[in-house]
Amino acid sequence: MNQEEKQLYTISIYTENNIGLLNRISAIFQRRHINVESLNTSPSEIEGVSKFTILIRMSEVNVKKIIGQIEKQVEVIKAYYHTEDETIYQESCMFKIKSDLLFNERQIQNIIKESNARIVTVNKAFFVIEKSGKKEEIDLLHRELTVFGIMQFTRSGRIAVTKDEMKISTMLAELQH
Amino acid sequence: MKGTQTIQKKTKKTETTERISGSEAVIKCLLAEGVDILYGYPGGAIMPVYDELYKYQDKIHHVLTRHEQGATHSAQGYARISGKVGVCMATSGPGATNLITGIADAQIDSTPMVCITGQVGSHLLGSDAFQETDIVGISTPVTKWNIQVTKASQIPEAFAKAFYIAKSGRPGPVLIDITKDAQFEEFDFKYEKCKGIRSYKPVPNTDKNALKTAAELINNAKKPMVVWGQGVILGKAEEAFKAVIEKAGLPSAWTILGASAIPSKHPLNVGMVGMHGNYAPNVLTNQCDVLIAIGMRFDDRVTGSLNTYAKQAKVIHFDIDPAEIDKNVKTDVAVLGDAKESLKSLLPLLNANSHTNWHQNFKDLYQIEYDKVIKNELHPTKEGLTMAEVLKEINTQTKGEAAIVSDVGQHQMIACRYADFNTTKSNITSGGLGTMGFALPAAIGAKMAAPEREVVAIIGDGGYQMTIQELGTIFQQKVPVKIVVLNNEFLGMVRQWQQLFFDKRYASTEMVNPDFVAIAKGYSIDAQKVTTRENLKDAVKGMIDCKGPYFLEVRVEKEGNVFPMIPTGASVSDIRLE
Repeated sequence: MNQEEKQLYTISIYTENNIGLLNRISAIFQRRHINVESLNTSPSEIEGVSKFTILIRMSEVNVKKIIGQIEKQVEVIKAYYHTEDETIYQESCMFKIKSDLLFNERQIQNIIKESNARIVTVNKAFFVIEKSGKKEEIDLLHRELTVFGIMQFTRSGRIAVTKDEMKISTMLAELQH
Repeated sequence: MKGTQTIQKKTKKTETTERISGSEAVIKCLLAEGVDILYGYPGGAIMPVYDELYKYQDKIHHVLTRHEQGATHSAQGYARISGKVGVCMATSGPGATNLITGIADAQIDSTPMVCITGQVGSHLLGSDAFQETDIVGISTPVTKWNIQVTKASQIPEAFAKAFYIAKSGRPGPVLIDITKDAQFEEFDFKYEKCKGIRSYKPVPNTDKNALKTAAELINNAKKPMVVWGQGVILGKAEEAFKAVIEKAGLPSAWTILGASAIPSKHPLNVGMVGMHGNYAPNVLTNQCDVLIAIGMRFDDRVTGSLNTYAKQAKVIHFDIDPAEIDKNVKTDVAVLGDAKESLKSLLPLLNANSHTNWHQNFKDLYQIEYDKVIKNELHPTKEGLTMAEVLKEINTQTKGEAAIVSDVGQHQMIACRYADFNTTKSNITSGGLGTMGFALPAAIGAKMAAPEREVVAIIGDGGYQMTIQELGTIFQQKVPVKIVVLNNEFLGMVRQWQQLFFDKRYASTEMVNPDFVAIAKGYSIDAQKVTTRENLKDAVKGMIDCKGPYFLEVRVEKEGNVFPMIPTGASVSDIRLE
């Protein structure tokens, strides 16, 4: 892959749990006009350490510079970037749909079954289905359900783990001593 | 706040517990960090801290500036001449927002500074209370670190971290915002200096192999050239740097903030690089075979067009900040780490050399620049006074021992080009941000930090009027700074660009100025105005001989231009001499 060519990268950032840090990190992207495709914050595998998972489309040359700027922040412990091949990743989505459709449109039940979506709740007025998967799978499900009418739709940011081992725990252990 | 876990357990107790208010704790923290002077301006949300300052006025000197921006620049001047952390303080809302220009300036010029702001009571946060502003949000992009404190018990750790972060690694400004209730609240105070933060590595490890590769490149170079920046000064690496360039015979040029790290007259000092730098180092940047960058960041004002910058050269980059490597210029060898340590380790790996023939190139090009530019600037035959001849007179009268604090514009470029620097930390100017109004308050801070030094502020008639109110601070504090305003009745640098690139359409650059001498005298500052060459020498001498503060206005040529010049977007080797 050419260093100048744009592609999707997943950035994983291990940080101290600090209120202002989201602001600091988003400012790094905003200042350089980099559109964040998705952003997720959560606890990490290490107690007391938070993890940002950010999806961006840019060149490797620039992603390296961004990693440098992110790591420069005092409360960032370590930042990594990964290509699509290097991670296992998922997104999650929810659809709220009128309950009538579930009984009147047989096709909907097939779509739910074939897409491995899960019915979360059903009541007289509406039902809610949830699906986790890759972006393309969620896009497909969205297209298929749009035909019938969707009351509400929402999709989460990407979360990802790497195929290779993350050295962060050993690194942190060393820092403690 | 989960900060407690982030400080390593290697800390040492300096004081035992005592029950005091948050605001008294602020003063005790400052004293524990060795702060003797702070610059600030009181207001509602910071009054409890001022009340404590009143009690501690024999231990800590508070300087009331006339505007909060002045407080930041004074703190910067203090930090830049002393290498210590500058401290400034303001109230919430407008007091805090007035600090932003100075904070942004300190951030881009890597100046260690701690800013303290008062904040409305924590129960009012987010309610649009009187003088409430989200200063932590506003200052985030221009601080190295910042924090809001809402409980007195958080104060000691916030200050310990703030000072540690401001001065360690690549220095920078930090801001602590303290709610008013936290200032009043009493708690059990004890102070432990910060020794480390687990997520923050101020000095990266130096790769021995990178050093070896760098040494090989330098040893095999036929036409090596050094460009050094402020990193040499911030890293206290002046002597190690001199030893390296002297052993390997390296012609060395400086960025504006690198000036004064080695004396101007040092035989290996080949002048300034960049837009208004010297002819030889700019042209030869594009002829050298190895470019050795030390503690500099390849700013666009230094490199001109990156597409044509030193493409023929192998680039070695020494820096403490890993984010600077490959940011603007792709390097062949990156040596991360502390400048002094890296240069000390490099020294024994270098072969002694003199590069006599290569040096001749610099001398030849200097001669061209001298004939075309420098001679006419220093020894003008035309009637109007040049800025450079004023600098020359200041050099003579101060024997090159003055610290020059310049503002921003033509006079700044002239000051950096023509001032003699014999001592390190003698060029105090706003490099990265280009903040007009910087010099007058910065000179106050510099003089107070180094009272034994002669501090001369060189300011244009435009920038002077941006912070002219700080004459009040000079008057009240009796700070013996020497103020030189080079008055051309224009915003000179913008006018120069209008002349060269906008067909002489002088849009809003002409200034109708007040009687500057009368204004200075209004503050009881001795003052005079010089309009002719024959009076210049005596006037400068009178200023330097004066024991107190002094104001000297010099009427210079109205439409003088600064040359050489690299037009924006041009290559360094396309530098124009006229």
